[in-house]
Amino acid sequence: MDALINGLIEILKPIGITEPVFQFMLVNAILGVSIYLTLYCGLFSLANAGFMAIGAYVGVILTQSFDLPLFGALLGGMIAAGLIAIPIGIPTLRLRDIYLAIATIGFGEIVRIMILNFDDFVGSILTLVQGERVRFTLIEGARGIKGIPKLTESWHLILFLLILMFFLTRLHHSRLGRAMTAIRQDEIAAASMGINVVYVKNVVFIMSAILAGAAGVFSGHLTRIVTPQAFGFDKTVDILAFAVLGGTSTWFGPIVGGLVLTALPESLRFLKEYRGVFTGLVLLVVIVYLPGGLINTTSWSKFIRRFTNRPESPPDENSGHSTTRAN
Amino acid sequence: MDTLLQQVVNAISLGAIYSLFALGYSLVFSILGVLNLAHSAIFMSGAFFGVLAVNQLGTPLWLAFILAMVGAGLLSVTLEFVAFRPLRRRNAPRIAQLISSIGAAILIVNIGQLIFLQQFGRTEAYFPRELVSLDPIIIESLSIRIAPIRMIIVVVSLLLTILMQYLVGRTQIGQHMRAVAFNQQTAALLGINVSRIFVFAFFLAGVFGGAAGMFYGVVFLNVTPFIGEDVALIGLTAIVLGGMGSIQGAVLGGYLVAGLQVISVVLGGSSYRNAVVFLLLFAILLVRPQGLLGQSESTRA
Repeated sequence: MDALINGLIEILKPIGITEPVFQFMLVNAILGVSIYLTLYCGLFSLANAGFMAIGAYVGVILTQSFDLPLFGALLGGMIAAGLIAIPIGIPTLRLRDIYLAIATIGFGEIVRIMILNFDDFVGSILTLVQGERVRFTLIEGARGIKGIPKLTESWHLILFLLILMFFLTRLHHSRLGRAMTAIRQDEIAAASMGINVVYVKNVVFIMSAILAGAAGVFSGHLTRIVTPQAFGFDKTVDILAFAVLGGTSTWFGPIVGGLVLTALPESLRFLKEYRGVFTGLVLLVVIVYLPGGLINTTSWSKFIRRFTNRPESPPDENSGHSTTRAN
Repeated sequence: MDTLLQQVVNAISLGAIYSLFALGYSLVFSILGVLNLAHSAIFMSGAFFGVLAVNQLGTPLWLAFILAMVGAGLLSVTLEFVAFRPLRRRNAPRIAQLISSIGAAILIVNIGQLIFLQQFGRTEAYFPRELVSLDPIIIESLSIRIAPIRMIIVVVSLLLTILMQYLVGRTQIGQHMRAVAFNQQTAALLGINVSRIFVFAFFLAGVFGGAAGMFYGVVFLNVTPFIGEDVALIGLTAIVLGGMGSIQGAVLGGYLVAGLQVISVVLGGSSYRNAVVFLLLFAILLVRPQGLLGQSESTRA
């Protein structure tokens, strides 16, 4: 296994992909799948960075303060993210598109602020309970936890991703996977076919949170420092960009999106300075010109047709809110 | 000095900025039914154009203010052409427009950052203090201090709000806007140029966002490319609180959020100020997603 990875790194090195970059590519592929699961079910949830933060902090605390191995921390981080997803998901998943997006953005910010103030908060409660002034330091607020050993190895990530891929192929042929497709296409029809929409949405949300938590644990033990700033709205947008670039019609898309979008700024040096501009452009250009993402045959054929001026298929007559024809 | 009355005064001037910002969100949402998440970047651009005009061109503050409003308005119109119109043409789902607006926001903020670095050598710029702050007016009997600029801000933002209310409620173009908001196809059949209304709505939203950004920069004196992030969720909370797509609601929401922030600073310290706002956002979405003044979603959509 090690020889294989080293060989791969040697091949990738000339285009600027070193081992740390390679590892981040894999972490981001996991994040891409995390947001893909909710999008595939028609849920526009932007809570991934929040769950990633929860996973990262729980995982790092488990290895640092409780001396657990990485595997234990991984399980702990995933369970913590999954457990927190339950009380968040049950009320918020009733909301539809824009409202769900706002609520989940709000959740991410609340997580960030809670991390910032966690020590003070616990400290003041302890002070109240014990009657004397107590200074509590566990997660260090804005300074973050520093000096985390680099425990994540490439083969951990590859193994995790392989298991995840296996799980995803199984998922799509399972009852749950089919229910997810049905809900995305028409929620009311799915409900009337006897699918428990609330249950499926919540299960998908929890799975997505667990994956984000796992990615958080891995990345915490890669970057060797976790700070609340690393899990802000920017992170959510990055994660969204993985899924949008790769496309969400297959599970393969977001994985490719995560890999490509992480590798590109490294292999094209000039992009590094304009990283943010690049992410914004990718989101904008892909959603406008290539709505199905990179891994989608129909969107490519449409894209090519746009530039070769071949006649398009006749427009859909019952399309709802078209304004272009009206003008 | 920090009496309750003083806090109320602070809350009002902050609320004026928030409500001005929220108005732009609300206008676009009510007419297009889309959330323009790039509105916070427009807010930033307003402050940015203002600070550029004052520092690099040496314009007086009032002229910088107008430049900021027009600049932000034009940027907002550009957004409509680049990020929203192509998707509307294709009948893309609302989520796609949300994603493209997020992309546009990231793009504008990062371009802003590059220009900041090029113009000022770092990602921070200041309004010159002597241009902005005159001696505060001190009312001894009530023991409050009011900076004149804050009073100007409150008055101007109230005037702008009334102007908006008049424009939407009393003029012909306002009537057209309401018709488009109600039903685009019917409005088009009645001879209203729908895409022109959209452009106008985006311009107006940009003007309001830019004015809010400029005010924010003037009150806190320093401008960074990231000030939009400070208010993005606050503005969302304001419009969700007041009712999505309602003009009075956005104004009310802006003042309520500012009041809440100031109260939570007085009671619990400034680190919880935003947490309280976002918890409120969460609670409102779950309990009364149509907001305080809004209609229920089924009748709106």
